[in-house]
This record gives sequence, structure tokens and C-alpha cells, in this order.
Amino acid sequence: MSLDPNLPVREDFREIARLVRPGARVLDVGCGEGDLLDLLRCEKQVDGRGLEISADGVGACLARGLSVMQGDADRDLAEFAPDAFDYAILSQTLQAVRQPRQVLSDLLRLAERAIVSFPNFGHWRVRCSLLAHGRMPETHALPVPWWATPNIHLCTLRDFVELCDDLGLRIEAAAALREGEPARPMDSSHWIENWRAESALFLLSRTRHAAEPAERGDLFG
Amino acid sequence: MSDAPHAIHTLEMGGGTLKLGPDRPLRLDSGGRLDGVEIAYRTYGRLNADASNAILICHALTGDQHVASPHPLNGKPGWWTQLVGPGRPIDLDRYFVVCANVLGGCMGSTGPSSIDPATSRPYGLSFPVITIADMVRAQAELIAALGIETLFAVVGGSMGGMQVLQWAADYPDRVFSAICIASAARHSAQNIAFHEVGRQAIMADPDWRGGDYLKLGVRPEKGLAVARMAAHITYLSEPALQRKFGRELQRDGLSWGFDADFQVESYLRHQGSSFVDRFDANAYLYITRAMDYFDLAASHRGVLGEAFRRARDVRFCVLSFTSDWLYPTPESRNIVRALNAAGARASFLEIESDKGHDAFLLDEPVMAGAVRGFVLAAAEARGLEATVPAVDA
Repeated sequence: MSLDPNLPVREDFREIARLVRPGARVLDVGCGEGDLLDLLRCEKQVDGRGLEISADGVGACLARGLSVMQGDADRDLAEFAPDAFDYAILSQTLQAVRQPRQVLSDLLRLAERAIVSFPNFGHWRVRCSLLAHGRMPETHALPVPWWATPNIHLCTLRDFVELCDDLGLRIEAAAALREGEPARPMDSSHWIENWRAESALFLLSRTRHAAEPAERGDLFG
Repeated sequence: MSDAPHAIHTLEMGGGTLKLGPDRPLRLDSGGRLDGVEIAYRTYGRLNADASNAILICHALTGDQHVASPHPLNGKPGWWTQLVGPGRPIDLDRYFVVCANVLGGCMGSTGPSSIDPATSRPYGLSFPVITIADMVRAQAELIAALGIETLFAVVGGSMGGMQVLQWAADYPDRVFSAICIASAARHSAQNIAFHEVGRQAIMADPDWRGGDYLKLGVRPEKGLAVARMAAHITYLSEPALQRKFGRELQRDGLSWGFDADFQVESYLRHQGSSFVDRFDANAYLYITRAMDYFDLAASHRGVLGEAFRRARDVRFCVLSFTSDWLYPTPESRNIVRALNAAGARASFLEIESDKGHDAFLLDEPVMAGAVRGFVLAAAEARGLEATVPAVDA
């Protein structure tokens, strides 16, 4: 099985593929029709699995030979054994789950590392739109009107960094994403990025100091 | 009879009957044993040189080994030709398919209508109560006798799915991949309740004669037909029945009596009467009992994940149907949860269908696509050739 060379690969997928170690065990949460898993299988020979809520998505994944379960990030991540994966990926989905904090800590229970991307509500266009028009912003990264959006937990880059801090997660790498452009590595703690990044992608690991078991205890406590 | 490790009567490609020799008694979960067990089977396609392309298909309660060829008694097409055939998701140009009549059945394998060698008369109720694990143990003998060390896949729906799970639990090293459709890891109270209705219908028939009807030259046809009618309702769904029959009448006007006024009545009566032509009442009792006794977690300290602990290298595909109220989706989710807890590789899909439990036997394109994709990916992982090279004579 191989990728269709005529189809463009999403830039955020390229960046994720760059971060993943070859041959790793990967869980893609909200894997859709399996485009990312297929890319990772072809380019990184990963042992990939997916979790997807829509039957059509799962059917498409199975038909292309991917191992995918129908399920819900909010409910079904708890089923997986601890450390079942090397990477758990949550691509542009965090803002649509009911319990983002729980989902994030679940990801780093079942995998050593998590790769998470989400639209940055702190982006200057969002801020300006809200300031100028006083209405819910509609941008590249957030194209749907408020009453139709699946995004129920929007956050800014700074909010996310704070949540990671709170959960004791270590940010190993971060990149700013913009549709159709290559990912741009960034220092997520710099204030300007919260204005500049339209979407953000993070590589997270379990603790700031993985060698110190006490902090792991905090995370699971 | 020879004393070879497997005294095999007619073990050949295409099908036949394996008879286990005196050195191969079948040990049963009940503590008993059966000597000289016979297993009737069919095969399709060609086994490749290293015997790595074999798929075992496990049939459901009233199924048989004729999965992809006409039934010898009524000439109806094989019961799973939607999935099994040349170019089908289980492609007979690529895979070697084995399907055996279950232990306790009535299509050639040893069951209650077989002759008890001790008395030279049909077993009847002296046949030991068997389990799903016993059925699988008998299949494992057949697979070994066919020279197949590891099955490329074990596939089944409903009771066939239970056998699939049992295979993975008991012989994880002999199973590469497993597809479990519209099934469960244990029988629910409702499942047992419906089976009990069927069994009581059979046993209430005066012609059942305490299970000795064969010796007395009669058959409890009415009881078995009622059992089938009740069970058949559980295989469908309310919307499917409504769509197919509604309140349509057989003739103009009501009879003001108890003839089959409604088409649905006539349909059920037909289901019942055609069933008794091909099925044995005692086999129905024994197989439903085996299903009722099935609880895979129970033999693993009550933890289903433990059953799959050694099966973490098996690739699983679990499928359910939205309108299946006999083995509803939560039962499949329960299996998937246990597989995940055991660290096994599991795919799972709930397929939208209003056809009820029977959907797994029908033309369901999403099921076919899922099975095709899953089997193809497994074949790639196992390094199977796209076609089986012809064998030199």
C-alpha cells in the first residue's frame, strides 16, 4: 500500500511525521479517514492505530487496511493499557472534546509522548475580529459560525502552555502552523507567538524531569 | 481402523470427515470425554506451500460447513457467499478456507444424533453437554490434521464469533488474525432466556420422547419449528419486520380464526417448517446450551482481558450492527475494551443497518469493505502472495 502522490499532504501532518520516530507505536485520536496514519505507515513504518468517532471514517480506515476503533476520545481512552504506545496524536481535536484536561492526561498515560495541535484563539486575527466586530471570529483556522462549530473548548496558546504546566507535562517542541505553509518552529513561551501562531502543534512528554519518579506520581495522583 | 496418530477416514481437500483415532479422545469441559469424534468439513481454494494462507470460518447456531457451496439438502447457496468466494473479501483465489460442522451439530460431525459406539444407537440425551471451547478443541484437531500450524485468520459471526474469541484465548500461537462479527464474550440473561423458550418448545413436543425420538422413529417437528420461529424473531429487527410485512394480509380480509392471516405469520411458519427438514432437535438443545454456558471471562478469574493476555500479537477485527438487539454493540465494545486492556491490536466498527442480528449474513457493503481491508492488511503483514501459485502435479 502506498500514498497517492497526486494528493497534497497537509503541512501539519508533515510536521507530525517529522517528529515521530520510525517504527514507533502510534495512536491517532480522531484519525478521520486515516490520512495521517497512512502517511506515518508509509513514511515512518509505524505500528499505527486509530480512534475515530464516525462510522464512515472507521469504515474508510478499515478498507485501507488501518487498525482503527470506533470510539470517543472523551470516553474510550481510558480503555487502553498504560504505555501501550510511544506516541498519542490529537490533531485539531482537543478543542472539540468535552474534557480536554482529562483527554490530555489520558494521552500521556497511554503513551510516552503526545503530539497535540489546535487552533490558537489568541491569534491576532481572532483578537482583532472580536475587538472590531464584537462577534465570534471566523478565520482560516476557525471557519465555522459559532452555532455550527464542534469547537466547544477553544483556548489560546498561552492557556495551553499553562495547562501543560499544571499537568506536569514537558514541552519538547512546538511549531506554529498555517494552512498551506510549512510548520515554523517556535518558542511557545514567547508572548509574540500567542499573537502570531494561527494554529499550534506541541510535542509533549510526561514530566518535566522524566527521571524523577515523584513527579510521575503527581501526574497520576 | 489404523492406529496412526490421526486415523483419518477421508481427509482430503474439498472436504470430508476427520475421524479422531482411539489415541485422540476429545477431553470435554464437563470433565467427560468423547472417543472416535468425527468432524465433517468443507474446504475451498488452495493451501499454499507453507500452509500460511488458511482461514477457518466458524458457523453460527444453525449454520453448517457449506459456507460457499450449495447446501446438500435444500440446494440453497452457501450461507456466506457475500463474503467468501473468488474475488470476495475472503478471496478463494488467495486463501484456503476451511469450515467444519461444529461438535454437537447434525451435518456430519459427532452430535446427539450420532450413533453411540457403546450402544450402537443414537446418543440422544446421553450425549455429553458440550461447550464452545469443546467445539474449538475439535476444530483444532482438524486444523492440525490438515497440516496447518497457524491459521492466517479465524472468522465467524454470532456463535461463530464466540468460537473466534475462544480460538484466540486458547490457541493464540496458532491464530494470526481474528474477525468477530455480531457476537459477544458471554451470553446475556436475555440470550439465555430466548434459548430456554426454544428448548422448552422442543421438550414440550410429545414426539420429543425424552430425547429418544430417533430410536422410536419420530421427530419433534412442531416443537423444533416453534423454537426456530421464536429465535428467528430475535435475528431480525422491528423496522425490518415492519418494512417487509407491515400488517399485510395473506388473503383478502381476515379469516376470523387462527389461520395465518398476516404475512408475517405465514413467513414465520415457513421458517419453522423448512428448518425442521435440515436440523435435529437434540442438536438444537445441545448447541444452544453450549452458547448459554459461554462466558470467556469466567474461566479467566472473571477478567475478560486476561483471556486475551496471550493473544496480544493477534490482529483483531470486531464488528457489530446498530439494530442487532440479540448481540448489541455494548457486547462488542466489551470485547474491544478487553483487547485494548490486554494490549492486543483491535479494530472495531459499529455498522449502521436496520436488519438486526441477521445483517452479518446479508449484503452489507460496509461490512464487506471492512473485512476486505482488514484481511488485505493482515495478508500484507503475513507476506502472503496475491494468488496461490499452481502446484506442480
